[in-house]
Amino acid sequence: MTSVLDLIAVSVDLGGRAALQDATMSVAGGEFVGLVGPNGAGKTTLLRAALGLVPLKTGRAEVAAGGAGYVPQRHEFAWDFPASVQDAVMSGLVRRIGLFRRPRVEHWRAVWDALDRVRLGDLRKRPVGELSGGQRQRVLVARALAVEPAVLLLDEPFTGLDMPSQELLTELFTTLARERSVLMATHDLAAAAYTCDRLVLLNRTVIAAAPFAELGDPAVWMRTFQVGPESHLLKALHLTIAVEA
Amino acid sequence: MSPLDFLADLVNPDLAFLPKALAIAVMSAVMCGVVGCYVVLRGMAFIGDAVAHAVFPGLAVAFLFSGSLVVGGTVAGVVTALLIAVFSQNRRLKEDSVIGVFFVAAFALGIVVISRAPGYAGSLQQFLFGSITGIPDRDLYVVGGTGLALLAVVALLHKEFVAVTLDREMARALGLRTFWLDLVLYVLVTLAVVMAVQTIGNILVLALLVTPATAARLLTDRLPAMMLLAPAIGAGSALVGLYLSWSYDLPVGGTIVLVLTAVFLLAYLLAPRHGVLTRQLARTA
Repeated sequence: MTSVLDLIAVSVDLGGRAALQDATMSVAGGEFVGLVGPNGAGKTTLLRAALGLVPLKTGRAEVAAGGAGYVPQRHEFAWDFPASVQDAVMSGLVRRIGLFRRPRVEHWRAVWDALDRVRLGDLRKRPVGELSGGQRQRVLVARALAVEPAVLLLDEPFTGLDMPSQELLTELFTTLARERSVLMATHDLAAAAYTCDRLVLLNRTVIAAAPFAELGDPAVWMRTFQVGPESHLLKALHLTIAVEA
Repeated sequence: MSPLDFLADLVNPDLAFLPKALAIAVMSAVMCGVVGCYVVLRGMAFIGDAVAHAVFPGLAVAFLFSGSLVVGGTVAGVVTALLIAVFSQNRRLKEDSVIGVFFVAAFALGIVVISRAPGYAGSLQQFLFGSITGIPDRDLYVVGGTGLALLAVVALLHKEFVAVTLDREMARALGLRTFWLDLVLYVLVTLAVVMAVQTIGNILVLALLVTPATAARLLTDRLPAMMLLAPAIGAGSALVGLYLSWSYDLPVGGTIVLVLTAVFLLAYLLAPRHGVLTRQLARTA
């Protein structure tokens, strides 16, 4: 399958510190990829590198035509702003509308269509400040969807959400991944393991990239999360270390 | 003095400075009200304060060399805004600290410059607290023209300003030039402030920028409504404030600001959905 996102030997320095080193990964069309790793592993930096938001020290990032749709962490958005749900989604089209121009019919259609797809069509006139956490996350997804990107980049979409909201979102992401690709940075290993087609294990660099079923070697998990062989993490993932006798 | 007497004074040719002061106060209040919405929504009241103080050395230099106060103030405000924007790019420096450094420095420079002018105590008073006399006719056109230009820029760049305010990171990902948009916004704030400084004074001008927009935010959850309400509140308060100041011989800047504050308190208590009293009444009803 052709890939929609390629990072090739990407290194990024942030404030003199290597945030990513020689990271290589790709996302294929129609694929749902989970990006996992500990705090500070460079997950957000990798997404930002793919979006061209940080300068690359080495390597290159290639995105298919259509571009990448970014769904940043929820706290990046000014939820106290006096905007309706549809205004918030429209802000994702600001470049497409063009400088000095106002939204036209086709832009409103794109906004409403995106809201229908995340099942927020009924709430499109509600002020964003009145939404629940799960609804806010879906607004951000709709904003990214409105430009019909080739790949969606999700940054920690489950943080601070209750289980029903998480499940609803997981279902939505799985559906979306059938029509376009999804790359999701997450702390939720269980959800990633059981819903993503493939996992990318990241800690400064890509340590492994494969479907969860093929990641049976505890060593890659220990390297990624910097844990010992007795870690509850491995037990939770049903990985046992083959101790040399 | 009744409002009718005030009206009579406004058309009295011997008091020609009065309608001029009113026109300038109302026009600058409209400008400040519109730009103030962005200032309040972005939480950049401190930048507004900084720019307001930063125009001071420009006014002082213009005063010293009998140049245009508007040009002097604008140049000084924009230079300070530029310095803040550039120095804030350094990740080690927090933006509010940078603002703290530059706005006091600018103000200090202004005080040093104006001390070189003969009889500076009187003019200092005028700069800091505003005055309704001694406004040249030319300023009417300058303020009117600047106001129209400012509203045009706001209309043209509104959706970009909104996108940057909503989510800066996303705006950058979309390819918006956030640095330049910030700079344009700072320039707009500077212009609105400079226009208002004449009547309301340097120290109190922040109220014209922040209070109407804050009150408007309490009254509505819709941005277009907020951007109409804020200038209306500003202009109305300028009119009422000038009337009270003229009737009771009170300082004009202070009176306008107190009227604005009263409007804000009313909005806080009685706003249709979020007012403190409104909610209380709704609960007991």
